[in-house]
Amino acid sequence: MKVMGYKKSSLLQLLVLVIRRDLVLAMRRRADVLTTLVFFVIVVSLFPLGVGPELGMLRKMAPGVLWVAALLASMLSLGRLFSADYQDGTLEQMMLAPQSLSMLVLGKMIAHWMVSGLPLVLMAPVLGLQFDMSAQPLGVLIIGLLLGTPILSMIGAIGAALTLGLRGGGVLLSLLVLPLCIPVLIFGTGAVEAISSGLSVASHLSLLGALLVLSLVFTPLVTAQALRISME
Amino acid sequence: MAINWFKYSSPTTFYGLAGKMIPWFAVSAAILFAIGLYIGFVVAPVDAQQGEFYRIIFIHVPASMMSMFLYMVMAAYAALGLVFNTRLSGMMASALAPTGALFTLISLWTGALWGKPMWGTWWMWDARMTSELILLFLYLGFIALHASIDDSRRADRAAALLAIVGSVNVPIIYFSVKWWNTLHQGATIKFTGTSMQIAMQQAMFTMLLACWLYSIAVVLARVRSIILSRERNTVWINELPEVKQ
Repeated sequence: MKVMGYKKSSLLQLLVLVIRRDLVLAMRRRADVLTTLVFFVIVVSLFPLGVGPELGMLRKMAPGVLWVAALLASMLSLGRLFSADYQDGTLEQMMLAPQSLSMLVLGKMIAHWMVSGLPLVLMAPVLGLQFDMSAQPLGVLIIGLLLGTPILSMIGAIGAALTLGLRGGGVLLSLLVLPLCIPVLIFGTGAVEAISSGLSVASHLSLLGALLVLSLVFTPLVTAQALRISME
Repeated sequence: MAINWFKYSSPTTFYGLAGKMIPWFAVSAAILFAIGLYIGFVVAPVDAQQGEFYRIIFIHVPASMMSMFLYMVMAAYAALGLVFNTRLSGMMASALAPTGALFTLISLWTGALWGKPMWGTWWMWDARMTSELILLFLYLGFIALHASIDDSRRADRAAALLAIVGSVNVPIIYFSVKWWNTLHQGATIKFTGTSMQIAMQQAMFTMLLACWLYSIAVVLARVRSIILSRERNTVWINELPEVKQ
């Protein structure tokens, strides 16, 4: 449908457009993506050095260590979620756009996850082997991370929008977001513990899935509202 | 008769009203604290299982209840402020936060003091203690976010959104932590009668009421200070007798 020479795009096209744009931008600054990943690997590798190389203990600690490291690593990249667009004025243009701001925000969240969450999930099996995890718990850990890391990006986006352009935003962001991410951490590590002790993982993973769906529905709306507050 | 509910949502009118209410709440809080402590320490009998140590519940339980309740009140004011765009709501929310954080800290502290003789450890990673700790983090996040934004209107609105997100998250956090680990003793006061001795109940409810009144008095005093500092450039502030002298 053409309205005054302007082609109206569907929401899905818009979403794809935003995701593609953010991915292109991220690929042009690959160092940022790698920094997050390297940080994740280093933090996880520090733990055996700190607590000793005993395999039994490491195996028990592995899910918690990997999850906490993923949590911290995703905090690291959250500051960049809106700040570049904020500084060069793109964000203002996005808010003026006739399309729904929530949808634009959702696109940015998904792109952020693909850039900072997905690499962690892909790296996790290698690190799990370092901790002598066996195949089944490792599989559950990966499924948990796959369900949980998008939630971290989405909850994190609320914090990133609220602290946009503030001094000391990075530390403040972690202070705001980390407590809200605790349920994800609990269910993610709980699933691995359940499978290790021979219980069903269905409840933990379904709860993670439920949190993911809840976040998908509500966090784009809240983040859009937060951006409006921060930009006025 | 139609009541104008918004009359006292203006800082100008509320400032005077709060000033008149503070002494009443403060004095009755002090009296009730005295009565509650007297019943708690003198009248209430020694507990069969826990000896004298149990008397810490007279501050521990009211503090825990207030810490959770004040967060909800804070979130409610925050929501009001976002919906109706009233200045006073944001001020009330930021006035409530330090008192809520204080009660959370008292609750954690007295819990630790109680845990040492009862469980033999200062800290247990059980559901209620952990979620109380997380509640403290939420309060601190609210205060920190508010403090780091210079424009007070933006600070109010941003912190309000955080408080609302936090209040949605509180039940999720509570249940997740509960399923994660439960060791705390079950709730003693239930809506269907209690297993407590009558003097203990009296002491506890008197202390709870005292904490309530104390919170109201302190929050009103704090909101008056906030009004004074935010509206310092207005005419009505400069005409107040206490400002003039």
